[in-house]
Amino acid sequence: MGLATEAQFHVLAVDDSIIDRKLIERLLKTSSYQVDSGSKALEFLGLQEEDERNPNLPSVSPNHHQEMEVNLIITDYCMPGMTGYDLLKKIKESSSLKDIPVVIMSSENVPSRISRCLEEGAEEFFLKPVQLSDVNRLRPHLLKDHLMFPVFRGHPPSHYSVSWSSSVNMKPSQTPPDEMPGTSSSGGSYS
Amino acid sequence: MDVGQLQRRFLDYTASLFREGFLDDQFNQLQQLQDESNPDFVVEIVSLFFQDSEKLLNNLTRALDQQSVDYKRVDAHVHQLKGSSSSIGAYRVKNVCIAFRSYCEEQNIQGCLRCLHQVKHEYSLVKNKLETLLRLEQQILAAGGSIPLMV
Repeated sequence: MGLATEAQFHVLAVDDSIIDRKLIERLLKTSSYQVDSGSKALEFLGLQEEDERNPNLPSVSPNHHQEMEVNLIITDYCMPGMTGYDLLKKIKESSSLKDIPVVIMSSENVPSRISRCLEEGAEEFFLKPVQLSDVNRLRPHLLKDHLMFPVFRGHPPSHYSVSWSSSVNMKPSQTPPDEMPGTSSSGGSYS
Repeated sequence: MDVGQLQRRFLDYTASLFREGFLDDQFNQLQQLQDESNPDFVVEIVSLFFQDSEKLLNNLTRALDQQSVDYKRVDAHVHQLKGSSSSIGAYRVKNVCIAFRSYCEEQNIQGCLRCLHQVKHEYSLVKNKLETLLRLEQQILAAGGSIPLMV
């Protein structure tokens, strides 16, 4: 499945720690926009209310996010104000943004937190400090959606075990069924 | 000193920092992320850690100096410091932060003040050691060598 070139993909990284933003920026090795709060992330994505807009950020029109093309959102869980979970919910509730994969990061290994995030639609949950191996687990999945199915906006939710070879054989015309039997409890695995 | 000697000195020093618990494997991960296209990654991220930690330690000192201590605020700062020290691989600093958070939860002022003192001490130690390490790296590069990786 050799892909000759990697298309650029753009990540929005949300974390109140400047050290972790630096680390994520380096790990992703791709163009990333960085914000330090959930509310700034929403504003960046064009979801913020007009009167709640931060005067210090350049103003963005509601449709601006389409020009910017965010292919992945990676967010910390514990942030002052809006948590990563709150941000995830808002994104999944938005008809224009719900298909953008969201990854949650946390320094705390709390199983109920992890399952809540995955149930809400998070693509993956990374324990901090995030490693290159975590990010590498993510990339084939993103490239598959971005490059091979440019018009295919949906993708099988992460709690279905999808092996790489079977997903490569999927035709763009095939839409995944809404309900699939035998969902496993291990979220975000690509076996 | 030739490149080989500098590199050996670097490796010995790094090994001692790991042995003594100042740094853990996360620091290795950071070193591995440094390459020709990101030659200053370690210096940059460590500098950010220094700046951020100093700010947090000042905030902690102020927060614990209040008549009525806001333990949630103190805990928020410690949580930040724990996170950043963990991301850098500053193992001993991270461990003091873990104890510190327990005292915050108990609203134990004496415990918190002890931890503040301890975390400042551990931070200044690891800062010193990281600066020494980074200086050694610079010397190796200036002598035309490459930074050996701990495997």
